[in-house]
This record gives sequence, structure tokens and C-alpha cells, in this order.
Amino acid sequence: MDKLKELANEINESKQWPNFSAGDTLTVTYKIKEGEKERLQSFQGTVIQKKGSGVTETFTIRKMSGGTGVERIFPIYSPMLENIVVNKEGSVRRARLFYLRERTGKSARIKEKKHFSKKKA
Amino acid sequence: MAGIIGKKIGMTSVFSADGKNSPCTIIEAGPCVVTQIKTQQTDGYESVQLGFEDKKEKNTSNAMMGHFAKAKTTPKRKIVEFKNFNEVSLGDSITVDQFAEGEFVDVVGTSKGKGFQGVVKRHGFGGVGQATHGQHNRMRAPGSIGAASYPARVFKGMKMGGRTGGDRVKSINLQVLKVIPEKNILIVKGSVPGSKGSYLIVEK
Repeated sequence: MDKLKELANEINESKQWPNFSAGDTLTVTYKIKEGEKERLQSFQGTVIQKKGSGVTETFTIRKMSGGTGVERIFPIYSPMLENIVVNKEGSVRRARLFYLRERTGKSARIKEKKHFSKKKA
Repeated sequence: MAGIIGKKIGMTSVFSADGKNSPCTIIEAGPCVVTQIKTQQTDGYESVQLGFEDKKEKNTSNAMMGHFAKAKTTPKRKIVEFKNFNEVSLGDSITVDQFAEGEFVDVVGTSKGKGFQGVVKRHGFGGVGQATHGQHNRMRAPGSIGAASYPARVFKGMKMGGRTGGDRVKSINLQVLKVIPEKNILIVKGSVPGSKGSYLIVEK
């Protein structure tokens, strides 16, 4: 099993992405091919799940686009990913935020994670 | 057919430069040793016998020890004959170097044993396809297996339930995605028969 993981990592080039988890708001920039030309497109939304491990790991981003929910799944190892920026860290109580699909507007908000600095004694 | 003996490590996926994700199988293939060369004069046909993976001397019979001593190698666990090898001599080492990326190969293995299975899994029967209208427990039943007083028997070879899997299966035309000679690794596109760690024959 370990040999499999080791080799899988060896045959796929990985880039360094920032740590993020479900509830975070990301901006993902990725390459798009139109015939011969290649251009960049970005997608901003909330991470609603991270799935799989190693080379097959993917994450799903959901955003509201003109009143309709749009979800996109990105493989983390995909060479088409250009950049990932974490805009906001969300504080959520579960790993898969499928409940967001039934909600819109105010109820679909996610609390922002607060980082408290330790008081010096 | 020239080829090599290997072991299945497992499946994963590989991304191509243009972003396509394809399923692939990692095979640890070789290094194999030529243990015997059969010729028209001595054996009545031409072939090359390869051995793969060391085994302990205490688990090897004296007869086999003598066979391996002729090729001046250590005892090998898996021995397979191949046709159409050109210019090899006894004791030669065969590695994954003979394969090139993009080439198509056939992979032979023993499929996973599935035990006693019904006709739907074993022969691809459709099943009844209807849960209501008087179907009680016949959803996956085979249906009729023949007529009545004539021929008054079931024909030989009638497709019925039984032991499934554990057969020799050949997957043909698998593309070689990558060869890593330093680690004796061969990566082919798609799946190959058998479980992880089972022996495979990769044919050119």
C-alpha cells in the first residue's frame, strides 16, 4: 500500500497549495482550453467538501451565480490548477456542508473563524 | 511474444500535461532471468523461459535446484515461457527497458475469485427486470434452461450459476503510460486482472 502511494506521488507532480478545509472561501484560478488557445478563469466560492486522499483527492466549491447554485469539483493534483487563494476561513461544525444546498441568502452564511491571541501572563 | 513477468502493486490515477486524468495500474515488472532456452532441435519448438522473484533454497526441490544451477541463478518463484524473444542467452537479465512509453501491451493474470455466483454476475444475464406483476423472488433467476420431454435433458454447456473468477484473463491493448527502469516499474492505462500482489505476465 505504501509503495502504491509513494509511486502515485512520484508520477504526478504536485504543487504547494495553502491549507484549507470545508467552510473556507477560496478563489481558484485554473486554465481553460478553447480550441488551441489557453486562458485563465477564476472561480470563487465556499468549499463544501474535501474528498479522497493522495493523488485522487478532490474538493468541491459552491457559489451562487445569479440566484442559481453552481458547484465545481477540482482534483487537487490537476495540472490545470493555476492558483488557490484562501479569502476567508469559515467556522463550521461538519466536514461536508451539503445543507448549504437547501439554503439561500441570510441562512446560507458561514461564520468567520476567529483567531484569538493568547494573553501574556 | 516477448514480455516480462511482474506483480500488481495497485491502481491509482495519473494526470497528463493537458489535464486529463486517466486510471492506471502500477506493475512491478522484472528483473527476470532467462532460465532456459528451448529450441526446435531439443524441444520441438522455440521459446524462452523466464524466472521472476527469488525463493528460498529450502523450499526448492532438488530437481528445480539443478534447473536453476544450469542458468547459474538463484531459485525463482514464478516461471513463464515466452515466444519471439530475439537474441538472449542463458542467465541474461530481462528488465522493463524493453517497453517504451505509448506502446500497447497485453497483460495476463488470474482474476479475483468470486465464489459461487448466479447467472447475472457470471454470464451477464439481464435478470427479470420487473419487481411487480407476480414476481416473487425471481429477480435474478436464469429462466428456462430447455424444453420438456424432448430432449428430456439439459444441454451441455448451458449457462448456469457456479464458481466465478479465478480464471486466467488477458487484458489486451493497454497503453504503457510510464516506464521507471530504476525501480522496475511499469505503468499501464486501465485495469489488469487479479488482486494486489498477484503475478502478471506482460506481453508485447
